[in-house]
Amino acid sequence: MEKFTTHTGVGVPLRRTNVDTDQIIPAVYLKRVTRTGFEDALFAAWRGDPTFVLNQDAYKAGSVLVAGADFGTGSSREHAVWALKDYGFRVVLAPRFADIFRGNSGKQGLVAGIVAQEDIEILWKILETKPGTEVTVDLEARTAHADDVTVPFQIDDYTRWRLMEGLDDIGLTLQHEDDIAAFEAGRAAWRPKTLPAKHLPSVPIEPARPVG
Amino acid sequence: MAGTLAEKVWEAHLVRRGSDGAPDLLYIDLHLVHEVTSPQAFEGLRLAGRPVRRPDLTIATEDHNTPTLDIDLPIADLTSRTQIDTLRNNAKEFGVRIHSLGDADQGIVHQVGPQLGLTMPGLTVVCGDSHTSTHGAFGALAFGIGTSEVEHVLATQTLPLAPFKTMAITVNGELPPGATSKDIILAIIAKIGTGGGQGYVLEYRGEAIRKLSMEARMTICNMSIEAGARAGMIAPDQTTFDYLQGRPHAPEGEDWDAAVEYWATLRSDDDAEFDAEVVLEAADLEPFVTWGTNPGQGLPLSASVPVPAEIADANERVTAERALEYMGLEGGTPLRDVKVDTVFIGSCTNGRIEDLRSVAKVLQGRQKADDVRVLVVPASARVRLQAEAEGLDVIFKEFGAEWRNAGCSMCLGMNPDQLAPGERAASTSNRNFEGRQGKGGRTHLVSPLVAAATAVRGTLSSVADLEFEGDVDLTTFDGTPLAPLSAPSFV
Repeated sequence: MEKFTTHTGVGVPLRRTNVDTDQIIPAVYLKRVTRTGFEDALFAAWRGDPTFVLNQDAYKAGSVLVAGADFGTGSSREHAVWALKDYGFRVVLAPRFADIFRGNSGKQGLVAGIVAQEDIEILWKILETKPGTEVTVDLEARTAHADDVTVPFQIDDYTRWRLMEGLDDIGLTLQHEDDIAAFEAGRAAWRPKTLPAKHLPSVPIEPARPVG
Repeated sequence: MAGTLAEKVWEAHLVRRGSDGAPDLLYIDLHLVHEVTSPQAFEGLRLAGRPVRRPDLTIATEDHNTPTLDIDLPIADLTSRTQIDTLRNNAKEFGVRIHSLGDADQGIVHQVGPQLGLTMPGLTVVCGDSHTSTHGAFGALAFGIGTSEVEHVLATQTLPLAPFKTMAITVNGELPPGATSKDIILAIIAKIGTGGGQGYVLEYRGEAIRKLSMEARMTICNMSIEAGARAGMIAPDQTTFDYLQGRPHAPEGEDWDAAVEYWATLRSDDDAEFDAEVVLEAADLEPFVTWGTNPGQGLPLSASVPVPAEIADANERVTAERALEYMGLEGGTPLRDVKVDTVFIGSCTNGRIEDLRSVAKVLQGRQKADDVRVLVVPASARVRLQAEAEGLDVIFKEFGAEWRNAGCSMCLGMNPDQLAPGERAASTSNRNFEGRQGKGGRTHLVSPLVAAATAVRGTLSSVADLEFEGDVDLTTFDGTPLAPLSAPSFV
């Protein structure tokens, strides 16, 4: 993962709350088996609307999304983070994030910074009155700066450290392989195993057919 | 020290306690895998040259993409077919058990785990699917994860996690006729909001919860995520043990005894402290229906569509205006006057045998409303077989419904089962997001009983709007009453 310290890019005001993962990337785009190439899928339903913010020239090259509360609610699809990143976003600022989305962001190097509602309103005002304004996000200082305003954002210490160091979670965990093996050795016998497979007798399933 | 149910399960899975702000490392007992959120995880393993650490704690099934018609033919949608083929190849390469389309144990991942007896109290269960919270109904700590975490669990059988906060949701008393566990959870989400549970594990308790069947409990825990919580839990009891005993992977003999002895300790201590508490009276509940585009935008069926101008909070008002525009609804319209085009009965929320039985009781001897399409999609192939053994399929077909093969289907429209733009559905699924069931489709979330009554009348309805003749047993299989025998008729 690429290290993240500071980032400066065009801020995009998304004046909506409850932007759920089906809005960020509809399910039809989840059929791909790759991890990249989702930029066309980002906000797919809204991209057809000429008034949508990302269809306006000043915001097209945006990389800092400033959104309303409860961003990323709904499904666990990490595709939502991939789509934002593939489009070019490096940071999302919002008053509140869905837990899974926030976790997924941290794994993929997308900064999900929690900004107070009144500060979001200030950022929206700046970005809407001066389209194309750049926002500088400083992860070390946990601040976002636009025009002559600097607002603080929250991100937990551990995620911030991992983002700044660009560390891979699996590698970190495997440093504790001995602890995992020791835990497994003490696991109770009643806990389930999927193998060898047990199930009721297999029977043929009749295919349903179209009606009429 | 006194602890909550969630804390007890957490502590029992601690591989390593984090220090200096680092998260705890938790062991994962059961990892459920499906075709949509796993391809990039397996690819990650392949690139790093890592094996699946515990194939014997992992199980895969095909559900999101699978068609519910002509399942013996090649899947027409090439990208869907590729994704399913990718899962099959990955399962083979990494030695993971898989139940593929056409197999009697195929189905929605959150039905397959419980019906095989793999989901048990006191486990940690994860899946790359937010509705993994379903398994919390057994007293397991179960939550959805992203694809990077799927790869992490495949490689290490653990997850680094920061502790959750705990919220007790107590539902006192008894449900009135026509109200079900779906109405309990829709009412909870309407009360605490789609963000109300963020950062929490919810524990559902109280008399009304204890009286519910396992399947009805699964419906409640399933939708914990719609309140923003990653997990919901219900302490195991005799209902849980009875559901499990004798299932293919349930412990046997001494293992069963040891398990039950342990499971009986899995309850929040009387003096345990929760970070938040919410109390509801079941007697106040009635059939619920959503009017907007998030699951928190719900109201009792007897209410009218909200008038945005009357909403004080500016952001909420804008959200409501946008939702009503999308939904094609006028503020002030009685919800009972809303006409639907499609009724979808299925999903990991309400596609289980008890749901189908209660729907069949309402539909028996009736005909569907004209111009309404009714889809009945069992959650798993085993549920379909069971329903057919009981003759429910005959009732559905005689009613005019389509009886389909198992899968996620119209809940999220990744297969051909989708709403057309502007089409309106009463759906027993879990999300009413814009475009969820098909681009431009409009979703009203409802219970199976409301779905059934709506299929009869063509407008959003409850069973109280129907007349029942003869000596129909007017209780559902989870024990909640359908409607009083003297139910008024609106026809």
